[in-house]
Amino acid sequence: MKSAVIVFPGSNCDRDIAVALERASGTAPAMVWHRETSLPAVDFIVLPGGFSYGDYLRGGAIAARSPVMRDVEAQARAGVPVLGICNGFQILTEIGLLPGILMRNAGLKFICRDVYVSVADNRTAFTAGYAEGQVLRIPVAHNEGNYFADDETLDALESNGRIAFRYTTPDGAVCDAGNPNGSARNIAGIFNENCTVLGLMPHPERVVDPAHGGTDGAGMFTGLVEALAQ
Amino acid sequence: MTEVNQATAAEHGLSASEYDTMLSIMGRAPTITELGIFSVMWSEHCSYKSSRKWLKTLPTKGPQVICGPGENAGVVDIGDGLAAVFKIESHNHPSFIEPYQGAATGVGGIMRDVFTMGARPVANMNALRFGSPDHPKTRHLVSGVVAGIGGYGNCIGVPTVGGEANFDPAYNGNILVNAMTVGIAKADKIFYSAAAGPGNPVVYVGSKTGRDGIHGATMASAEFDDDSEEKRPTVQVGDPFTEKLLLEACLELMATDAIVAIQDMGAAGLTSSTVEMADKGGVGVELNLEKTPVREEGMTPYEIMLSESQERMLMVLKPGREEEARAIFEKWELDFAVIGRVTDSGRVMLKMKNETVADIPVAPLVDAAPIYDRPWEPTPTRAPVMASQSAEPENPLDALKQLLASPNHCSRRWIWEQYDHMVMADTAQRPGGDAAIVRIHGSERGLAITTDCTPRYCYAEPETGGKQAVAEAWRNLIAVGATPLALTNNLNFGSPERAPIMGQFVGCVSGIGAAAAALDFPVVSGNVSFYNETSGEAILPTPVIGGLGLVDDLAQTARVAFAEQDQAIVLIGTTAGWLGASSYLQEIEERREGAPPPVDLVVEKANGSFVREQIIGGAASSCHDVSDGGLIVAIAEMAMASGIGAAIEAPETGIPLHAWLFGEDQARYVLTTADPAAMLEAAEMCGVKASVIGQTGGESLTVGGIHTISVNELRGAHEAWLPEYMAAP
Repeated sequence: MKSAVIVFPGSNCDRDIAVALERASGTAPAMVWHRETSLPAVDFIVLPGGFSYGDYLRGGAIAARSPVMRDVEAQARAGVPVLGICNGFQILTEIGLLPGILMRNAGLKFICRDVYVSVADNRTAFTAGYAEGQVLRIPVAHNEGNYFADDETLDALESNGRIAFRYTTPDGAVCDAGNPNGSARNIAGIFNENCTVLGLMPHPERVVDPAHGGTDGAGMFTGLVEALAQ
Repeated sequence: MTEVNQATAAEHGLSASEYDTMLSIMGRAPTITELGIFSVMWSEHCSYKSSRKWLKTLPTKGPQVICGPGENAGVVDIGDGLAAVFKIESHNHPSFIEPYQGAATGVGGIMRDVFTMGARPVANMNALRFGSPDHPKTRHLVSGVVAGIGGYGNCIGVPTVGGEANFDPAYNGNILVNAMTVGIAKADKIFYSAAAGPGNPVVYVGSKTGRDGIHGATMASAEFDDDSEEKRPTVQVGDPFTEKLLLEACLELMATDAIVAIQDMGAAGLTSSTVEMADKGGVGVELNLEKTPVREEGMTPYEIMLSESQERMLMVLKPGREEEARAIFEKWELDFAVIGRVTDSGRVMLKMKNETVADIPVAPLVDAAPIYDRPWEPTPTRAPVMASQSAEPENPLDALKQLLASPNHCSRRWIWEQYDHMVMADTAQRPGGDAAIVRIHGSERGLAITTDCTPRYCYAEPETGGKQAVAEAWRNLIAVGATPLALTNNLNFGSPERAPIMGQFVGCVSGIGAAAAALDFPVVSGNVSFYNETSGEAILPTPVIGGLGLVDDLAQTARVAFAEQDQAIVLIGTTAGWLGASSYLQEIEERREGAPPPVDLVVEKANGSFVREQIIGGAASSCHDVSDGGLIVAIAEMAMASGIGAAIEAPETGIPLHAWLFGEDQARYVLTTADPAAMLEAAEMCGVKASVIGQTGGESLTVGGIHTISVNELRGAHEAWLPEYMAAP
């Protein structure tokens, strides 16, 4: 799998995702600086976590206007899978590849801890490494992860199977107790219409190695490598 | 131009004799810019004038030490061609005035100290002290400081992996915010600050210079009074995004060989960086101040030299390498300006539009900096408190629950969940244990990091307290299976101009020195923060120790959480039931009295070496050192971390049960093992005191088969206090 990681000023999970991708695929991704105007030919694109442009204006708002994003958007519309993690998810909503927005956490504080999310559907490239309904323990680390969209949009996301991950309790119950940030309908991650673009707040790249104290994130990358090889 | 006389000098915090020394160095009346430079260079914060005599007594050498105190940070060898670069620094005064920015810029400043030396920061830690929870400002200060530390570290993307936080009324008017950073560099690519090569360009990079933070170093060198709010404009404003860019740009340039010397602009900004670089290199520096990137028009030379605007660096480049360096900084969208050159004059010569505004000989400015042998009084000794002088509680587990739910023992989760402690994806042990562990990237080795200090011991008996702070930091590293390498210290005290306070300082430094020497745990960097008092009320003496250890194999480490049911619980070390100056006495009986527990450094070393062998050999399945609150608090923390209960039996010793449970005798650890007989035998061979005191299992903590409490109930109490306190209006 040939992949590219876009690096913005202020990205800080770029190395982490590169390590996770190399671990899963055996190939180091191309690190693409935000000022590039075109991407190399790749099978997969990642917008990493961090604080692009210091979160000034709004998280992801300035990065979404970076030169490289025109090609990222074009490739995404042409069907190249794109993953946005945390700040990457915020950028995807800012350029309109995904609906809704990520507001300040309901608790008004930065949250860094393990959360539990359930896998809604394992028939996508991003979730092929998991079982349907599997509950994953993955950390979050964000100040603005409170997903919001209007009811019509949320209903459409639900009825079209576009909710990729929902926050749950450790035993998989979707309820307020499992929701760390106030996200509408416990949404932790969503797909675009074709399930080729995924944005999620949790950081799967932080739990791919036993030394991390968990490996529940590894399945996303091993599953992607396998799915994209087909 | 402002006239300079003794009155202006006094306003700058210079004494009459200091002013006279300055006049004799200059041989003429100084300009206001020169006065400003002298005043900050001779401030307590920059000159260490009250502490230097005593700091010289600390052990700073060892085979592992690459660079000891005196540079931006300490450097130790960690093998595989790598070095760890680390230091702790205070930002106490600014954080009290403006908690978010004060704490944030404290984190930013210490990270710059580390990456200035060529290291990528890999972990942040902190040590915080707040006033009484009942004090009207405390909640606001906790909230702001924690958000500020998180706001800066989270954005730049360096994990904040732990620290400590305590409450005591002695900090009501003077909180402590000590921030520590650990970085990793190639051992043969350490960057130093000594300028060299007359004619070489002096380059300014990073943020523009504004009018913020002028005289921050001077503020840090004076007591607070009721008007301290007026000092708010001397607090700097941080921009972690710019620091992230500066970090990446500096490391990118450091990968070339274009840099001769580099120094961050911290306290006293462009002044101290220029003077220190010139002094260390034995050269002169000439700057054209109109070339300094500035944020606003009309800034005077005085303001430019004394600004403490953040996220700035000064470098000396090799000749002809300016454009290569400029390209890197422009890529990262940072200012880059050649503002001067190195000279062979031995003088700092500052010009503004061709007019000389300062011309100071560097060596006298630095060497004639005042050094004071302040009068000091030893702290009166205290009588011990015998266990028999303390009433036995009806149910010691009620006291345990009360202790675990108290401000100084409750869970700090509310704090560290606001810190990104996992970014960089190398955090192998998260906050909440004895020490955090971060993996050395790309390897299976790690660095263990801790901060520690028990101020109530330091107050009761400074020398013992100093020893104990070092011993406990060392023990924390041992308890995860690390080999302690070296320490950094942050010595927080009241006014050195008062003999009893100076006596606390002298005692603590003496204790730190003794313990550091005995434990082969040298001091490689540090910071002194005096004048932590408001209207004559000093803080408790708080010499915070930041410890660094090396983990050879991440698979051979231990955690606080009980590993399994039905394992033997082994206590290492001798228990006398020492209740003097203990948490139990303070929290449960509300008595602040008694001598603190003695620290036997020989026993400390023997016990620690034994415990570390038990961990790396795989015999110990979990480990926790015994500290605040004594044995039963340590066991309860192991139970709460795992959800596994324990049954404890006190041996027949004649010590009252509560003293055995809550006494704070030193050099002790709790281990669990599947094979207690082998562990006891190994201990006997090493001359280490060890005894089986119970067994893990079930869901409750039971003492003597009589008293029992569920682990869930303890956990509920332990977790509740801080979030509830912070949520209250």
